Amino acid sequence: MKIHEYQAKELLKKYAVPVPAGGVAFDVESAAHLAKDLAVFPVAVKAQIHAGGRGKGGGVKLARSAQEVKERVAEILGMTLVTPQTGPAGQLVKKVLIEQGVAVLEELYLGIVVDRASACLVIMASTAGGMDIEEVAAATPEKIVKVPVNPLIGLQDYHCREIAFGLRLPSALIKQFSPLLKGLYQLFVENDCSLLEINPLVITAQGDLLALDAKVDIDSNSLFRHPELHEMRDFDEEDPLEVEAATFNLNYINLDGNIGNMVNGAGLAMATMDIIKGAGAEPANFLDVGGGADAEMVENGFRIILSDPKVKGVLINIFGGILRCDVLAAGVVEAARKIAIHVPVVVRMEGTNVEAGREILAESGLNLVTAVDLQDAAQKIAHIVQG
Amino acid sequence: MSIFVDSSTRLLVQGITGKEGQFHTRQCMAYGTKVVAGVTPGKGGRKMDGVPVFNTVREAVQATGANCSMILVPPPFAADAIMEAADAGIALIVAITEGIPILDLLTVKNYLATTKSRLIGPNCPGIISPGQCKIGIMPGSIHKFGGPVGVVSRSGTLTYEVVHQLTLHGIGQTTCIGIGGDPVPGTSFIDCLTAFAKDSETEGVVLVGEIGGTAEEEACAFITESFSKPVVGFIAGLTAPPGRRMGHAGAIVSGGSGTAAAKIEAMRQSGVHVCENLATLGAFCADIFLENKR
Repeated sequence: MKIHEYQAKELLKKYAVPVPAGGVAFDVESAAHLAKDLAVFPVAVKAQIHAGGRGKGGGVKLARSAQEVKERVAEILGMTLVTPQTGPAGQLVKKVLIEQGVAVLEELYLGIVVDRASACLVIMASTAGGMDIEEVAAATPEKIVKVPVNPLIGLQDYHCREIAFGLRLPSALIKQFSPLLKGLYQLFVENDCSLLEINPLVITAQGDLLALDAKVDIDSNSLFRHPELHEMRDFDEEDPLEVEAATFNLNYINLDGNIGNMVNGAGLAMATMDIIKGAGAEPANFLDVGGGADAEMVENGFRIILSDPKVKGVLINIFGGILRCDVLAAGVVEAARKIAIHVPVVVRMEGTNVEAGREILAESGLNLVTAVDLQDAAQKIAHIVQG
Repeated sequence: MSIFVDSSTRLLVQGITGKEGQFHTRQCMAYGTKVVAGVTPGKGGRKMDGVPVFNTVREAVQATGANCSMILVPPPFAADAIMEAADAGIALIVAITEGIPILDLLTVKNYLATTKSRLIGPNCPGIISPGQCKIGIMPGSIHKFGGPVGVVSRSGTLTYEVVHQLTLHGIGQTTCIGIGGDPVPGTSFIDCLTAFAKDSETEGVVLVGEIGGTAEEEACAFITESFSKPVVGFIAGLTAPPGRRMGHAGAIVSGGSGTAAAKIEAMRQSGVHVCENLATLGAFCADIFLENKR
């Protein structure tokens, strides 16, 4: 789960990690009040959306007077911000962070990630702050310091020293750095983060460390033990069809193509998308109804796929294991009776109770195209695309 | 022959009295798996279809000699259950549970490294040695006894599809393992390849990967170094958009790494026979594995 920069900074404050003074605003008036309270200029106006690269898209601006604050906020609020991470459609800005401007001496990068291969948390730091860390890693890997932390022992003083000396921090700053890193590590572990990035972590003109930006992702699987973090979820930032699907426990991702598909199991769903591509079309979505889906989930999944106006055809691919083919068939028939199907639907089923499932589809009188195997399904999809 | 599990495996089911636990325990027993015990804290002393239920894994092991555990407990309690099994000396732990927090998994993985236990999964369909025993939630009927190939995969139903096609083409399986779709699996592709290399009845391996992480690339480096049996590879997710988690917690292309294209290229470099079309995988495997049949 992604959270906004302003929410991440609230967490940082809780763990005594220094951040610029400021607050979030939803309209020009409250933004102006926040700026007035800060009482110094310049003030930074930062669009709050769940995507990086906001500065490049014009979503971060400086204001040097009360009047400018109003103007900049009015420009940014309500704009559709396009960044390298939003895709061409962009994201509507509904809130801004108003922050005290900071005179910066140096920009660093500091992050904590989960390293899959070593099963450790890895602290990453670099003197090349303010840049895309993946680009830094590719172009100048020697500029990145990585220190793995075994979660069984947690962050120790020597880890902090390894990073601090690796960054060649002046000795006066090392004293500030260790508690800051410890605060970040504690934040990461106590809030079940899956990613934490301070980019940039700056050395101010006054010689202090300050988290100028913050990105925190929370592990969605951990939300059962963090109701307070769950409240930070911002549905405005998510695709409405994806939000609706999630309420039915369906794993749905809206894509750009025109062939909808419904599959049980994530791996098979990805492979089915690839088959659609191989047939000369593009998948309109990813939809995993899961291993234990019931007729109601299947019905909702089918309805959600069909509510996407891009969809010109649908491929249903189910390998019945726990989810039996007769249950799937009943769900499809039920959904088809409730909503008008305006596009061709190819159904491929295999596995548990496949005969019963095929019978239910055949007897339904619905205009469904049955495929005997994946090859057959691919050909029938290709036919729809060409037709 | 087979790897990790066979007809002598004595299975314990953690979470045996839950809805999923009961259902899948019965399916495993029907397949012929020796289910010797169940564990549900607070329900010790009861029986589930004749299987004795215990409060703790340690008690269950002492009373029944169970050497393998299947974990079917909900995510908030799963890491605890896995570590309990390891602490009680269970040699093989098969965790089906999906949705365990990643930080719990890091603790589990690092703790298990200090024990002799092997973890398969989590977020996996389990492991089956056809004709001998089934520990997991896969449909037993699609499998074919007797080899000659082993199957290892990060997926569930995609593995069923692969196995089904193998069986239709007359290619039996020694052991099929789902290592799971989480970012930090207990058992890796390399662990499975190492075991398949030593199994005389396994003449080749089908390796089913997907986007995210570098497990397939690491497996390919291992194959180049030290695996001489033929391998057929398939990777799901060529059309997956970057930055999105495709159902499995581990299936995500991030920062340009973990793409299907990179994995397919690594496979080609290491001499793996790459099948790009899932629909024809069975026929593809028949060409590789059956052509040189004595």
